[in-house]
Amino acid sequence: MLNLYFWNAILSPTTLVEIRDLNFTYDKRPVLQGINMIFPKGKLVAIMGLSGCGKTTLLRHVGGALKPTKGYVKMDGQVMHELDRKGLYAVRRKMGMLFQFGALFTDMSVYDNVAFQMREHTDLPEEIIHDLVIMKLHAVGLRGAQHMMPSELSGGMARRVALARTVALDPMLIMYDEPFAGLDPISLTVIGDLIRRLNDALGATSIIVTHDIQESLKIVDYVYFMANGVIVAEGTPDELRASDKDFVHQFVHGEMDGPVPFHYPSGDYRQDLNLRA
Amino acid sequence: MAVVNTIRGIGRRVVNAVWRIGSASRFFFLILLYSGTSFQRFRLIIKELFSAGVMSLIIILVAGLFVGMVLGLQGFETLKRYGSESALGSLVALSLVRELGPVLAALLFASRAGSAMTAEIGLMKATEQLSAMEMMAVNPIARIVAPRFWAGVISMPLLAALFSAVGVFGGYLVGVVQIGVDEGSFWSQMQAAVDFREDIMNGVIKSFVFGTVVTVIALFEGYDAQPTAEGVSGATTRTVVTSSLAILMLDFVLTAIMFRGN
Repeated sequence: MLNLYFWNAILSPTTLVEIRDLNFTYDKRPVLQGINMIFPKGKLVAIMGLSGCGKTTLLRHVGGALKPTKGYVKMDGQVMHELDRKGLYAVRRKMGMLFQFGALFTDMSVYDNVAFQMREHTDLPEEIIHDLVIMKLHAVGLRGAQHMMPSELSGGMARRVALARTVALDPMLIMYDEPFAGLDPISLTVIGDLIRRLNDALGATSIIVTHDIQESLKIVDYVYFMANGVIVAEGTPDELRASDKDFVHQFVHGEMDGPVPFHYPSGDYRQDLNLRA
Repeated sequence: MAVVNTIRGIGRRVVNAVWRIGSASRFFFLILLYSGTSFQRFRLIIKELFSAGVMSLIIILVAGLFVGMVLGLQGFETLKRYGSESALGSLVALSLVRELGPVLAALLFASRAGSAMTAEIGLMKATEQLSAMEMMAVNPIARIVAPRFWAGVISMPLLAALFSAVGVFGGYLVGVVQIGVDEGSFWSQMQAAVDFREDIMNGVIKSFVFGTVVTVIALFEGYDAQPTAEGVSGATTRTVVTSSLAILMLDFVLTAIMFRGN
């Protein structure tokens, strides 16, 4: 499974995140098994798979929110699970994370949400914070919404404000947890476009956890496919579109039946209907 | 088999209760440990003082007034039998500052501010706001929980004092203005009977303890809530029930310690 991308990345000093032999067991159930992934600097990499396949758990390991049962996640040269709280917070300052539904602070305005990290982590005067917030909001097209409260925003707008907040301190690594979930087609395109443009403009590295195949393949550089806690396929978007693997084919083309069956495992249908054989 | 299951069920509940008490104690120590930020940025506490304290004023003042008025009526009826109507002032004041002020204000505080704290923090957890804060390298206990804790601890004695003050005024309205007890003896008996250290300070200590306990329970329940609608709803209910029981049990313990043999 180790292809050219993997070896190029692992031998290159430009790798930002390295996941090696990652295993995670929760309540005696293996959630992640022997995961190896590489995220080179400046690249936009997607982790795809069905709901419950371990994508978000993997992202939580990258953020240092979970400790692996075996293996490690290395971010900018530091093994995440070996860090103490202070060290972890120092690494997290180099990261930004966009949560599935934005996770905006509901008691703060749009402006204060974006300014939050600047006020918490820097001693910048309020005038400079103001200019930075306005620039970030302008980048996501919501400068005019700075005085609004999160409850006044649509789903797409909330996601864009959250994106502005995520990149507030120009992080090296940006993580997206299902950024396209529940968005209308226009918002979906806008968010996809913003993710690509912000990644390139900031020179950041991005990890997108998603199951929105069509939108993701338009913007990412590389894709890992996961199923049942293991990587089942990987490659560039073009490679995956052309893939003849059953799982990838079913996923990319959205087919109802295949390696992922339509029916949840169940007993005999006639028996459930109380019909005689 | 049914007996075994019952014993298992009881055992599980006991273990669970001990576990939660341990978690809550650890949570309390973490709040104290990470309280530095709150005092360095005192405006965080002031904002929460408004939510927990100022927003509870109406219910505290109205309840205090009516409790004082009822005390005035009941006290007068009882004292009249012994020809001691003039002691009405001391009865109303002692009942309020020693007992009813701290206890009832704490019960009302638990219902209004405590449940609001639990619901707010539980919802912040359910909508991943606390996780987002963690990922921004901002400690939610320091930034969200500790300011609310100190706001609860500061506002509770003040609310209890206001409850008692308004209650005394209620007793005065009923006893002096409506029934006609002598105004001079109402106030002078009160002044003579109420001791600052023995009565007022002990009442303040009680309300401080109640404020600490209620706020810790409310914050812990919110922080520990299952991140679902049912989880937050259950946590809010538990806050009110647990706080109320804790207040009443602690009131007995504190009263036994403070006023033993007096």
